[in-house]
Amino acid sequence: MNIFVCMKRVPDTESQIQLAADGRSVDTAGLNYIINPYDEYAIEAALQLAEKEGGEVTLLTVGASDSDKTIRKGLAMGAQKAVLLDSGEDLADPAQVAVLLADYLKEQSADLVLCGKQGVDYDHAATGGMLAARLGIPCVSAIASLEVAEGKAKVQRDVEGASERFEVALPAVLTCDKGLNEPRYASLKGIMQAKKKPLEKVSVTPADSARQTEGMAYPPARPAGRVIGEGTDAVPELLRLLKEEAKVL
Amino acid sequence: MSLIVLIESVDGAVATASLESLGAARELVSQGFGSEVVALCAGGGHDAALLGDHGAQRVLEVEDLGAYSADGYAEAFAKVLGMQEARGVFAAATVRGRELLARVASLLDLSVYSEAVGLEVEDGSLVVTRPLFAGKVITRVRCNAPVACVSLRPKVFAPKSGQGEASREGLSAGTLEMKAVVQEILATAAGKIELTEADIIVSGGRGTGGPEGFAPIEALAEKLGAAVGASRAVVDSGWRPHSDQVGQTGKVVNPTLYIACGISGAIQHLAGMKNSRYIVAINKDPEAPIFKVADYGIVGDLFEVCPALTAAL
Ligand SMILES: Cc1cc2nc3c(=O)[nH]c(=O)nc-3n(C[C@H](O)[C@H](O)[C@H](O)COP(=O)(O)OP(=O)(O)OC[C@H]3O[C@@H](n4cnc5c(N)ncnc54)[C@H](O)[C@@H]3O)c2cc1C
Ligand SMILES: Nc1ncnc2c1ncn2[C@@H]1O[C@H](COP(=O)(O)O)[C@@H](O)[C@H]1O
Repeated sequence: MNIFVCMKRVPDTESQIQLAADGRSVDTAGLNYIINPYDEYAIEAALQLAEKEGGEVTLLTVGASDSDKTIRKGLAMGAQKAVLLDSGEDLADPAQVAVLLADYLKEQSADLVLCGKQGVDYDHAATGGMLAARLGIPCVSAIASLEVAEGKAKVQRDVEGASERFEVALPAVLTCDKGLNEPRYASLKGIMQAKKKPLEKVSVTPADSARQTEGMAYPPARPAGRVIGEGTDAVPELLRLLKEEAKVL
Repeated sequence: MSLIVLIESVDGAVATASLESLGAARELVSQGFGSEVVALCAGGGHDAALLGDHGAQRVLEVEDLGAYSADGYAEAFAKVLGMQEARGVFAAATVRGRELLARVASLLDLSVYSEAVGLEVEDGSLVVTRPLFAGKVITRVRCNAPVACVSLRPKVFAPKSGQGEASREGLSAGTLEMKAVVQEILATAAGKIELTEADIIVSGGRGTGGPEGFAPIEALAEKLGAAVGASRAVVDSGWRPHSDQVGQTGKVVNPTLYIACGISGAIQHLAGMKNSRYIVAINKDPEAPIFKVADYGIVGDLFEVCPALTAAL
């Protein structure tokens, strides 16, 4: 199987995000980047499939030139090769990203394209679906289980209030949710090998975006926390506050 | 120019989140963005009176759409949209809503604005307020495209009834090649309240000590009519299913009251619940970071405090 995993780098989820002086962008200096957590599930799923069915796993990123550091971490998990579509800077518009990914993948005869459910940076949860539409292939988003046999993928996912099952003919795009698998840690050997694995860089020019950031701000701070008491003795006071102050009971 | 709202329904029963989207769209029309609200439905049998009451002026039913398929529905909806002179397309930011909207937008060569928590009309264009980086930043983005495709975070925009009546039209999708069609839908256990829709949530963390440790949490939730949530530590230990996880890699919830029991309050957990209207924390450790965001904190053992609270309710 020829499997592509679309992955992107995101700031470490522990990071404090600092706004830049212009008030409409994030200060990226000093940010520590990780593989988008949902993309780790996609990489793991791809590796498991390739191990079982045979085949090759290629990582594909659209982003800034120095995304290669994060891509190497994905190679260290076991992917065979990677392609960085170098767009100069990380792109904030999922339509721009989907067009570039689709233009590249059109030429690749992929059997399966795996994405994360959502980037934990811009939280679009859109790129996989947009990419699939451009490729004219189906997409099931937020999958929590995956089986591939005879050119078909059997998947299950959780939606609000229900669990849904699909059977999809390949090629398809699937976006991966937490719970699909346990992503492996890169071994020392994997990390050494990753340095020598092919990582092709292709310069790309994103289309214009109709999205214009007017401003960014920190969310309003919550009032400072308040401890109202200790142990069961505090229960009557809690009830009183919930009823009289918060009026939620 | 129409504002099209993609209606999510199960056997014709409309999701509350879709009624919220109708209200938000109608509000935009009153501010001069678009001139009418159109509810676009898959399949027949929708309650046009209900949709009208919540803001729709026209109800379009694509009557021959059967079982859910993102690619099939999106193709059909994109066809309908091509005939409507749309100014905006809206959907609830649910799993299906986001999936469909992304596909519809892409077919029309547009982008999407996901999980809006605010909408404003400025100089004739739509400005969307949405959280980034798990809520660490809030951004305002202007959509300069001819059609704005926006998904709305559930429980942020209140549904508004009493708005009027809607006309109803039936349409045919024509021939479609549906690729990924849902085969089976298993409803979640009856009576289980969906976390993203819950008004009250009682969540347990590693402090519960194991799956049995959720008994006092379940009991409290039942008394309050609340949904049960969990931290990632709990889910990763296999004590609760993934669908219960609250946080950056779980669900983002918006309840009126969130009661965190035996949860330390890691930044990734806060990402999912810090927009709750009121937060109660029950934790043995007075230094636990959860107390920094708790409106009402109790330092104590959840196995004592939860049952006492349940009994006192
Ligand atoms: C990429 C990434 C994504 C993540 N996403 C999420 C996410 O979506 N959601 C999430 O929750 N976490 C997430 N995490 C994990 C997060 O960092 C924390 O590890 C996790 O939230 C801790 O769960 P906890 O509070 O239940 O456990 P702990 O941190 O172990 O805290 C347990 C708490 O219980 C208290 N306690 C113990 N016994 C009792 C008792 N008897 N009564 C009262 N209190 C008691 C302790 O004092 C302690 O504060 C993520 C981490 C990473 C790296
Ligand atoms: N710049 C990118 N390069 C490669 N894949 C991406 C990129 N942006 C998003 N994706 C993929 O699309 C998924 C959803 O991202 P998003 O739509 O940005 O929330 C991610 O988990 C990735 O799998």
